Amino acid sequence: MAKPTDKQTPLVEMRDMQKAFGGIRAVDHVTVDLYPGEVVGVLGHNGAGKSVLMKMLSGALKRDGGEIYVNGQLTDINNPRDARDYNIETIYQTLALADNLDASSNLFLGREITSPLGFVDDARMEAETRKIMGRLTPNFRRYHTPVAGLSGGQRQSVAISRAVYFNAKILIMDEPTAALGVEETRMVAELIDELKKQGIGIFLIDHDIHQVKTLCDRASVMKNGKLVGTVKVDEVTEDDLLGMIILGKNPKESVA
Amino acid sequence: MSDTTSEPTKVGSRNLLATLEIDTRLLGMIGAFVAIALVFNFWTDGRFLTPRNIFNLTIQTVSVGIMAAGMVFVIVTRHIDLSVGALLATVSALMAMTQTQVLPNDFGFGLNNPATVFVTILIGLVAGTLIGAFHGYLIGFLTIPAFIVTLGGLFVWRNVAWFQTRGQTIGPLDERFQSLGGIGGTLGETGSLIFGLLAIAAALFGLFTARRRKVQHEFPVKPLWAEITLGAIISGAILGFVLILNNYEKPVRVIQREFAARGETMPEGYSEAYGIPYSVLILILVAIVMTMVATKTRLGRYIFAAGGNPEATSLAGVDIRWLTVKVFAIMGALCAISAVVASARLTFHTNDIGTLDELRVIAAAVIGGTALSGGLGTIHGAILGALIMQSLQSGMAMVGVDAPFQNIVVGIVLVLAVFVDILYRKRTGIK
Ligand SMILES: Nc1ncnc2c1ncn2[C@@H]1O[C@H](COP(=O)(O)OP(=O)(O)OP(=O)(O)O)[C@@H](O)[C@H]1O
Ligand SMILES: [Mg+2]
Repeated sequence: MAKPTDKQTPLVEMRDMQKAFGGIRAVDHVTVDLYPGEVVGVLGHNGAGKSVLMKMLSGALKRDGGEIYVNGQLTDINNPRDARDYNIETIYQTLALADNLDASSNLFLGREITSPLGFVDDARMEAETRKIMGRLTPNFRRYHTPVAGLSGGQRQSVAISRAVYFNAKILIMDEPTAALGVEETRMVAELIDELKKQGIGIFLIDHDIHQVKTLCDRASVMKNGKLVGTVKVDEVTEDDLLGMIILGKNPKESVA
Repeated sequence: MSDTTSEPTKVGSRNLLATLEIDTRLLGMIGAFVAIALVFNFWTDGRFLTPRNIFNLTIQTVSVGIMAAGMVFVIVTRHIDLSVGALLATVSALMAMTQTQVLPNDFGFGLNNPATVFVTILIGLVAGTLIGAFHGYLIGFLTIPAFIVTLGGLFVWRNVAWFQTRGQTIGPLDERFQSLGGIGGTLGETGSLIFGLLAIAAALFGLFTARRRKVQHEFPVKPLWAEITLGAIISGAILGFVLILNNYEKPVRVIQREFAARGETMPEGYSEAYGIPYSVLILILVAIVMTMVATKTRLGRYIFAAGGNPEATSLAGVDIRWLTVKVFAIMGALCAISAVVASARLTFHTNDIGTLDELRVIAAAVIGGTALSGGLGTIHGAILGALIMQSLQSGMAMVGVDAPFQNIVVGIVLVLAVFVDILYRKRTGIK
């Protein structure tokens, strides 16, 4: 388990992030950070602002204020392409897949392999997809079906494969196991451990406190758009975490 | 988003089709077309399936078919274009004025200058593309619904056409330009045969390379006999089409006129057939290019992705607004090409050219399997849809059905076709 020290530069640092929709302050002066090889849980009740905070990092939403540092460098992330340039990959809560396309078209969407003539090379993309999907779901065979016809878990594997294939250094997972069965959830947990070992930093949004305790190193809790606090999960109980989420009460002074 | 669709294990007679990997939906459409043709042929005592009528059917289909190809992209991205007929009229008027007045008189090209046709078509293409791109800008960047933008466009462009010509019929058009309309310009027997053989060679080469790529990547391939059968069917269809058009003989007086124009006299017993019209070649070219764009380019991939899930596509880094501009620009360019063919076929620009074409084009695309919910559709389907509609219309005209009743039937067929499609998709589990 990575032990972030003050000397190490964080992989990501989001400082004083703000986003409002009309009158609603969805994210209100929130600061979080993430170190290489670390999993940080982002917790909070429904509508706390977790997804909005992460979408500002992935470029899906433009921030109203705040600064994003990657490896200590100030960045200017304004759209999904910018985020990709920093190897930030996202697995969205609402699976960002085009239902009418097959697995490999979805995996490579926006980053198709093309032949020298500029045509998309479907055969090569399918071969790559088979390789990477084979690792996650060895039994997967339906490479020519639109993903609408796949099970929730299979669809999730496509989304996860996409992040893994394109060498994510910073991975955002917004409730990745919400649609999954027991077996698939275990597979995702294993994958998260494997990615950690490779030094990838992961923001994990999850409502399952038990899972957060086992998978995460630290947890940042939000309530009504504000950061309640960031704690090391080993130093708090599940009840402490629940208290932070529901009551907005910080159990200790170990605010990051 | 069903989690439990049946695994692709087909049974019984479906096995053969599955092995051949033939799109059953396409097969159904071809079946419907053949049925229509046979019924009318029986009804007209064999007059429907003569080389002459098939020739006419193809040239009547071209204009709507070209625009239907563009409408596929528009509908796939969940938009609609109600202005295509009016846009066709505006471009047609512009090209008519250009080739009969502006170029010959104002620019001193004179009559039947060989450059006239090129300059005219270029101007038409640029105008059509720009107008289409402008629609796309209003829809993509200013987020005005496509229905409204193109409904407005229908009023505007229909009347811009009128203003250019003051409502007059303009013509006769340039002679070379006219040859793009159908009967006025054909490949002839030898040319058509060569074209057919080249097409067969290209199709077989395509099948071969597709198979080789699959083998290279160690993907499953269909058995060799299935591949050969498919190749034989395609070759047979192409050859059959060419031979039919090569059997439509030019009337003697037409040949005599052609010889006279060259200062010769027609030898006794001489005969000549039309072969493939240039306008049909244009449609084939449009179909091939549009199919390539749809299936082999990033643009096409993004068009279908955006139709399936616009949010996911934009999260994947695709600028949907620009995509919309491109889609409507393509539609505008195809309207311009249709304007060339349509006005050339009439040999005049008329005030009502392209009237109601928007509805025919949308109907063709929808009959051809383009889903209004977006993300689904093929170019060949839309063109086949145009052919089916035209067959119905001309078939009914041949058996003497009144024009109003023809339209009633076409309307019913449109609704019925979509209903059958819904049933088909439910049964096969395709979205
Ligand atoms: N695109 C948007 N437009 C307007 N309001 C939004 C938008 N996205 C989020 N919000 C609002 O911002 C607030 C935070 O939403 P967010 O999606 O971040 O919640 P969340 O913490 O991810 O909740 P959940 O656990 O339910 O996913 C909510 O009040 C939501 O209604
Ligand atoms: Mg959320």
